[in-house]
Amino acid sequence: MKMQVNLDVHHLTRIEGHGNIVVKVHNGRLEEARWDVVETPRYFEAILKGKHYTSAGILTARICGICSIAHCLASVRASEAAFGLTPPPVASKLRLLAKHGENLQSHALHLLFLAAPDFLGLPSVLPLLETKPEVVALAAGLKGLGNRICDAVAGRTTHPVSLQVGGVAARPDDATLLAFRTDLERSLADLETVASLVKTFDIPAFERETEFVSLKGEEEYPLIGGSLVSSDGVLRPEHEYLEMSNEYVDPNNTSKWSRLSRDSYAVGPLARVNNNFELLHPEAKRVAAAFNLAPVCHNPFMANVARLVEMVHSTQDSIRLIGEILAGPAEQTMAPVTPRAARGVGAVEAPRGILFHCFDYDAEGRIEKADCVVPSTQNNGNIHRDLPALILQMIQTGTSDDSDLELKASMLVRSYDPCLSCSVH
Amino acid sequence: MKYLGIEFTRPRVGVFDFTGCQGCQLQLSNKEETLVPFLQAIEIVNFREVTSDSSNDYDIALIDGAITRDDEVERIRAIRARAKVLVALGSCASFGGVNRMKNALDLDEANRVVYGDLPKATGRTRSVGEVVKVDLVIPGCPVSKAEVERVVQHLIWDVPYHFPAYPVCLECKQRYTTCMFDRGGMCLGPITRAGCNAPCPAAGLGCWGCRGPAADPNNEEFLSLVRSRGFSEAEIRERLDFFGGFEGVV
Repeated sequence: MKMQVNLDVHHLTRIEGHGNIVVKVHNGRLEEARWDVVETPRYFEAILKGKHYTSAGILTARICGICSIAHCLASVRASEAAFGLTPPPVASKLRLLAKHGENLQSHALHLLFLAAPDFLGLPSVLPLLETKPEVVALAAGLKGLGNRICDAVAGRTTHPVSLQVGGVAARPDDATLLAFRTDLERSLADLETVASLVKTFDIPAFERETEFVSLKGEEEYPLIGGSLVSSDGVLRPEHEYLEMSNEYVDPNNTSKWSRLSRDSYAVGPLARVNNNFELLHPEAKRVAAAFNLAPVCHNPFMANVARLVEMVHSTQDSIRLIGEILAGPAEQTMAPVTPRAARGVGAVEAPRGILFHCFDYDAEGRIEKADCVVPSTQNNGNIHRDLPALILQMIQTGTSDDSDLELKASMLVRSYDPCLSCSVH
Repeated sequence: MKYLGIEFTRPRVGVFDFTGCQGCQLQLSNKEETLVPFLQAIEIVNFREVTSDSSNDYDIALIDGAITRDDEVERIRAIRARAKVLVALGSCASFGGVNRMKNALDLDEANRVVYGDLPKATGRTRSVGEVVKVDLVIPGCPVSKAEVERVVQHLIWDVPYHFPAYPVCLECKQRYTTCMFDRGGMCLGPITRAGCNAPCPAAGLGCWGCRGPAADPNNEEFLSLVRSRGFSEAEIRERLDFFGGFEGVV
């Protein structure tokens, strides 16, 4: 039994944004274990008021520097739902391709640049530039492929310009799409290399029974729109997101927290894999099986494996999508837009989990009220509740020193890949 | 890094984030085809989002984000005291970015909208230059990694980097983008500093001015142009206010 612990991690590294871990154990009793988000709030919901629908997606993209495509798509979808508009089929395919590109770049960034150093005993990937430059080049190549797909389809990978209410500004030409298909097919071998690397990771054995929330797929692994589902059996239509997310304000956090059937719930790659496992591409399922990842997995550290599984899925599904776009008829990529006074909700799976935007529009298409429920906002309460369970397990087994406790607590937070500036939009 | 067998001293770089989306620091890890040589040209000694190592001994501080809270004022002053050169990276650090739109709101009301009856600490949005001395401004939302690379190259060559003085219009002409005004749209291209390669007009959005004013912009002519095209004062103001770089134009 570990008797005394005093952890105070100020501004945890290798995550996006500012958060602190505090753990106090006195005479073998856990007195406190906190995850506090102290990121500066930005008040996007207040700024959005009065904005025209054409600028909503441009503005909300700026909520996040990593998943700006998900934010833009959630806004576009909310606006289209309000205006009763369905984008052309090719636009929906292109949006999904951009979404896959975003998940690829974001998962590669987290798994290989932010999480991997913990498993390799390094402070960052930077020392690998000297010792294993080929590993950095491989990781950069996978991340770069995701970013290049986003650049081509969304006009720019960070703060996209082509994803607009009504559809997508333009379809990339055939040569561009064919080149991406070749690159994606070639990258499958690199993903095998990544899988071999992840196989060497010592993933902590820790479980806490958790409710997982995500989109629910019908025929496809869901990333853009559809019903909302929880692993505890809650099922809601997209527009009833408020009954799913139940945000509330915590006095110690600038990020809000969420709850559903329990005190907190989790979103993200592990939630998606848990809730939609059967809809993954067979190759992605094969990788999951190699890591014994099967639903419902309650080990948050396995989110790193879920990221790898989703990278395989996104790569395979992008290859399929490009084939469909190439074979499809030449058609308009934008539908005409007529604003009307109504409410619309858009749910999109960002890399870090399900994201909701809701806008109330007036007849001219200006926002009267805006609400954004962000993945990391939903995860922060769950991280806060995982933390004492992890610390208790570690001090009771008595095998841990302070630096190991700090490392595991930090790895726990990182396994959610939190985006804190997003979470305090 | 060795060209013609010559070694040079890698500048020690710290990257620090304040109020914003942190997308500009993320750009440092993008443009992957040159990422390895880029990281070999500089020595990153403090970059919380990327490494657990941290040193307070750096030559260059890259600042991502605007200043909106008291603790950020203290933090940026400490960084300024340590850095030889302080660079504002992106629109938020350069002139407040989209955060600047908050300054038009009643902050108590904004707090009530977002946090109900448990308000959080916040203040007026300020650019980094409104709080401490800034040596170089690299604008953009996000910054262009290619432009950041050029700045670093000039640093190594010891040759000053000059941002384009001309407006975005020139880059639209270079890419054969049909003028937004000819498509009935609003565009800040005539008065905004180029260097982004004009992606927004190419996608039909028009320019939103994220890079701030071009050198010596003709604001009067611009205002007379947009008014003559029938845009309302509210539309003109909304566009000019969006990234915070055109305060005082109307």
